[in-house]
Amino acid sequence: MSNLAIRCEGLSKRYRIGAAHERYKALRDVISDAATAPFRRLRASRNGHGNSNGHHPPASQLAIDHNHIWALDDVSFEVDAGDVVGIVGRNGAGKSTLLRILSRITKPTRGRARVYGRVGSLLEVGTGFHPELTGRENVFLNGAILGMRKTEIARKFDEIVAFAEVEKFIDTPVKRYSTGMYMRLAFAVAAHMETEVLIVDEVLGVGDALFQKKCFQRMNEIGQHGRTILFVSHNMSALRNICKQAVVIDHGKLVAQGEANRTIDQYLANVGDEPQDEIVETPTFTVTSVDIRSENSPVIKTFDPVRISVKFIPKTPIPDPCLFVSILTLESRRLASLDTRDFSVTAPIQANEVCELGFTIESLPLLSGPYQLEVYLKNFRDQLELVPHSYQFEIAETQVYGGRKLDHWFGKVGLRAQAWGSSITDERV
Amino acid sequence: MQNVRTVPTFNIEPSTRWPSIGLRELWDYRELLYFLIWRDIKVRYKQTVLGAIWVIIQPLFIMLVFSLFFGRLAGVPSDGVPYPVFTFCALLPWQLFAHALTESSNSLVGNQNLITKVYFPRLVVPISAVLGGVVDFAIAFVILLLMMVFYGIVPGWQILAVPALVLLAVMAALGVGLWLSALNVQYRDVRYTINFLVQVWLFATPVAYPSSIVPEKWRVLYGLNPMVGVVDGFRWALLGKPESPGLPLLISVIVVLMLLVGGLYYFRRLEQQFADIV
Repeated sequence: MSNLAIRCEGLSKRYRIGAAHERYKALRDVISDAATAPFRRLRASRNGHGNSNGHHPPASQLAIDHNHIWALDDVSFEVDAGDVVGIVGRNGAGKSTLLRILSRITKPTRGRARVYGRVGSLLEVGTGFHPELTGRENVFLNGAILGMRKTEIARKFDEIVAFAEVEKFIDTPVKRYSTGMYMRLAFAVAAHMETEVLIVDEVLGVGDALFQKKCFQRMNEIGQHGRTILFVSHNMSALRNICKQAVVIDHGKLVAQGEANRTIDQYLANVGDEPQDEIVETPTFTVTSVDIRSENSPVIKTFDPVRISVKFIPKTPIPDPCLFVSILTLESRRLASLDTRDFSVTAPIQANEVCELGFTIESLPLLSGPYQLEVYLKNFRDQLELVPHSYQFEIAETQVYGGRKLDHWFGKVGLRAQAWGSSITDERV
Repeated sequence: MQNVRTVPTFNIEPSTRWPSIGLRELWDYRELLYFLIWRDIKVRYKQTVLGAIWVIIQPLFIMLVFSLFFGRLAGVPSDGVPYPVFTFCALLPWQLFAHALTESSNSLVGNQNLITKVYFPRLVVPISAVLGGVVDFAIAFVILLLMMVFYGIVPGWQILAVPALVLLAVMAALGVGLWLSALNVQYRDVRYTINFLVQVWLFATPVAYPSSIVPEKWRVLYGLNPMVGVVDGFRWALLGKPESPGLPLLISVIVVLMLLVGGLYYFRRLEQQFADIV
């Protein structure tokens, strides 16, 4: 039988809610906290926290505690050595937390994991790059940070530079690099790590299409050399290409695991079901949901009629509401936009009322892949306010022209086309 | 485990109350330590016009100020040694300590982008911050030697003790720095206290004055400040005054070891949450 690379048993991670706002305390708070601590401890033990006999109740039972959230809740799975495993789930599902635990950046609150082999983790491209240092210096620094030996970096140096295509600028400070060069060099270092296990977060969503292709190819290569890869991405077609296995995480729980294509299909079917109803604030609006769906929903297929709807609550009355929606690639390339001002829709809107604006599109000519909606709402001063959230959706891989499934080689746009042909017998041409 | 493996295995487990210091792992990451020190030094000198000259200007300037106000105007005694050399000799280990202390205390917060994205033994961060100052010290030390030549002071065999004293100053800074850096991650108002702490500490250390002016009955208490032993040790090693560093140096070594070991354990314990709260 094959060897194990990773084994997780009941991994759970609890975070304090509101941690984003008050991540660190001031010393003076601690002093005042200390005075009230005995009372809090009393309350905590009533909630079942005082449990110290080693047998813990499942994390979900403790979810009654409103001050904490379980970012990861009792996740167990095994990965065989040499497997390439995709991890999918919505934003905030716990994917990154899982990677951070397996990378040993943070400790689990409960549970345990065992990793066989050195772990290289690429949670961000260019960690520790210093703008003042040259490309050459950054390669060595970044390599050391990622856990590579100096001799190993020196041995691979030429290969790294060639992969990044920055030979001419290798002795220039990276602050003068273009974003593309910077990303290429940073990815190149990480891509040449020789650890048994490689953990990659959504880092390949950046850069141009050519570079992305190169990165995916490299990941494929690494995978084929028998190394274990854990890979988080929103790019489903990339996951389908690279991964053999996939794991689905939702609300901190592992909900599915299995062969990549089947698991991803299953995930997409579930995910399309729910509108992305995360509440997002702009200066004048509270946006409660942004949704795109077709008659085939949960799945959206190329040329489906779709309906985009945005629900929001204005904080002040808006005499002339207006919605501007763009469809972008994940690399933020704008593919198409719609503005309600170009259509005659007028309905003055009162403050604190739930409103809905949207579009129906007869046929959405996008080929399979991940996309995102960018949403703007116009305020009373006639300014467009960006809703600071990326609403991602996925076009399913379908047989657009009746034949085979089209992959990313066909680009982004589907064309309503017919092929034709005839033999030209007329000699006068 | 039934199958024998050549690859290392890592266990990932919840936080423990008494983690080990992990010196072996620290040794495995010695190259990262080297690169971080190298980065800090390189970046420091790349962004300044005068570069390495700052390392000399700073203590020289303080020496001038001290010589003028304490030596000349206030008439502070200097154990029979010319006051400028007397105070410069103490300023070097002091600045090494103060710099190392400040840098290491802020090091974790300053490197939070690394801490939240990559795993490595976190101890590397404050240690590299402390060692970065040793290069500055070495440059300034050359100036001290030139001053001693100028004043015709010939050091005895005691000069051989200088490396050990430098090590002691570094360990003292690390001992305190470990506590403060870990505290700084948790409580951000710690950073505002560091400058204040360093200023007060300067006057509690015999830099501008000889320790001989401290009354005999307070000497032991005074000696609890580990920098008293270090500074007296320096003057003994280079200027031959005081006659022997004796008791303060011994107390200093003990205090430093206690701070360091305590700091290591405290740091390792808090380290497990750094990525979550930094």
